[in-house]
Amino acid sequence: MAVKVVGRPELTFWENLYIPQILTGLRITFRHFFKNLFLHIAHRVGLLNHLRASATIQYPEELRPLMSRYRSRHRLTVRDDGTPRCVGCMLCETVCPARCITIVPGEHPDPHVEKYPVRFDIDLGVCVYCGYCVEVCPEDAIRMDTGILDLAAYSREAMQLDIHELMDPSLRKPIDKCALEFPHQCGVDEGQMKGSWDDISG
Amino acid sequence: MIELIAIKLALAGFVLFAVLNLAGLHTWVERKQSALIQDRIGANRASILGFRMLGLFHGIADALKMFTKEDIVPARADKVLHMIAPFFSVFFALVTFAAIPFGDFLIVGDRVIDLQVVKLDVALLYVFAMLSLGVYGVILAGFASGNNFAIMGGLRATAQMISYEIALGMSIVGVVMVYGTLDLSELVRAQGYLIGGWVPMWGILTQPVAFVVFLTAALAETKRLPFDLPEAESEIIGYFVEYSGMKFGMFFLTDFLETIVVACLATTLFFGGWQIPFLLPDGFHFPWGSEVLISNWLYALLGFASFSIKGLIFMFIFMQLRWTLPRFRYDQLMSLGWKGLFPIAVANVAVTAVVLVFLDQVL
Repeated sequence: MAVKVVGRPELTFWENLYIPQILTGLRITFRHFFKNLFLHIAHRVGLLNHLRASATIQYPEELRPLMSRYRSRHRLTVRDDGTPRCVGCMLCETVCPARCITIVPGEHPDPHVEKYPVRFDIDLGVCVYCGYCVEVCPEDAIRMDTGILDLAAYSREAMQLDIHELMDPSLRKPIDKCALEFPHQCGVDEGQMKGSWDDISG
Repeated sequence: MIELIAIKLALAGFVLFAVLNLAGLHTWVERKQSALIQDRIGANRASILGFRMLGLFHGIADALKMFTKEDIVPARADKVLHMIAPFFSVFFALVTFAAIPFGDFLIVGDRVIDLQVVKLDVALLYVFAMLSLGVYGVILAGFASGNNFAIMGGLRATAQMISYEIALGMSIVGVVMVYGTLDLSELVRAQGYLIGGWVPMWGILTQPVAFVVFLTAALAETKRLPFDLPEAESEIIGYFVEYSGMKFGMFFLTDFLETIVVACLATTLFFGGWQIPFLLPDGFHFPWGSEVLISNWLYALLGFASFSIKGLIFMFIFMQLRWTLPRFRYDQLMSLGWKGLFPIAVANVAVTAVVLVFLDQVL
C-alpha cells in the first residue's frame, strides 16, 4: 500500500490578498455580462442572429433540434392514394415488447394487397419507444419520425392513438368524423368508434 | 411652519418613493444580471395584456404573491418578537436614507431647500447607528423563530456585524479626519474642492485604502454574497426560515434597501455625492477659464443625476460581485474582518493623521 501524500499548497501572498483573484473572477463575469447584453440588443434589431446570447432554449416556442434517428411519436405512412401502407401483417404487434399495438385487419378490396388495418391502435401509455415496430415493418408503414415529444394527456384513454391520429399526426382526440377517404369500416361517427373484433367477425 | 413641514414631507416622500421602487427594481436587476452573467435569459414570462417588458412585471407579480400568501407563525415562536423583527429590519434600513444628501439645494421662490430629508450635524454617526440597529431585526428574527437554523443565522449575523462594523467605522474615521466634518452634506461640499484647480478632492483620491476597506465591510453589511452567512441558503437557509408571505418579503426588501444605502454611502463618502467636477452653484467653471452658466433648477437636477448615476453604478458593481464571488467560510470571514480589514483601517487612520499634521505644518 503506497501512501500518496496529497499536498495542501499554502496560498501565496497575492492569493491571500483576495483582490487579484476577485478581479480575475470579475473579468469573467463582466465579459459574459457585456457579451450577452450586446448580443441580446443586437438580436432585438435583427443582427448577429447566428450567435446565441444564452444557452436557454425557450421550450414551447423553440424546440431543441432532434437527431434524425430520434424515436418520437409514431405515424403510419400512406400511399400516394391516401391509403395506409400497412398491410395488417401483425409483425409489429407480434414484436412489440410492451404489447401496446393492437391491429384489426380487414380484407382489402384490391386483390394485390390482401389486407389493410381496420383498426391500428397504439397505447402510448404502455409504449416503451424501442422502435422495434419500425425495424420489423416490411412495408415501411410505421415510422417514429413525427418529432412530437409533448405527449401528455389527462386520461389513459387519451393516450391511446387510433389509426386516424397515427395517419395524421396533427389530429388530436376526440375525432368527430372519420376523415379517411379509404373505404374504411371503422366508421367513426359522433365520436363513437366502431370496428372492433366483434363488428368484423360478427 | 406648515410650509416647512410640507417641504420635509415632500422630500421624505420623494426619497421613499425612489428608494422603494429602486429596491423593487433590484429584484428584476438581480434576475436579469445574473442571467446575463450565466448565459441564461432570466424571468420573462409575467405579462400584462401580452406585454412582457423584459420581465419587469415579475417584481409586481412577486409583490402580489407575497401579499396574498398565508402568514405562518410557528407554534414555538415568540409571537410578538417574531412579528416585530421584519419591521425592525425595514424601518432601520429606510430611515437611514433621511441623512443622505441627494443634491445640493433648490431655490423655490425665496426659499432655499436642501436636497436632503434632514440636515444633521452628526449625519454620519446617525447613518451608522441606524445600519447597526438594523442588525437587531435579523437577530430578533433568528431568536424569535424557535428554529435552530434560524438562530444559527441570527448568531452568524451578530458575529459578522461585530467583526465588520468596527472595520467599517474605522475606515470612515480617515474620511472624517480629511474633511473635518460628520455632516454628510458638508462632507460632500468639501469634496468639491479642486486640488491645484484641476482634480476634485473626492474621497477616493484622498482615502483610497479606506475605500477598499469600506467597500468590503459594506458588502458584509448588506448580508449578501460573498458575506451572506446569516442567510446562506445552501447551508442553513437563514434567519428567515420561519417567515412567509410579506414578512419574508420585508427581509428580502431589506437586503436590497441595504445595498442601496451602502451604494449611496460609498457615493457620498468617496465619490463626491452630487458633485460634478467644475460645477459650482451658478454653472461650470472650467480650469482653462471658460464658463457655462446654468439655472438653479438645472444645477439641482444635474447634482441629483450625478448622485443617482454614481449610486446606480455602485449597485451594479455590488450585484456583479454578488454573482461573481462564492461565500466566505465562517472562520475566513472572522479572520478577514479582525485580522485583515481592522488593522488596515487602523493603520490608515494613523497614516492619515501623520500626513494631515505634516501637510498642516508645511502648508
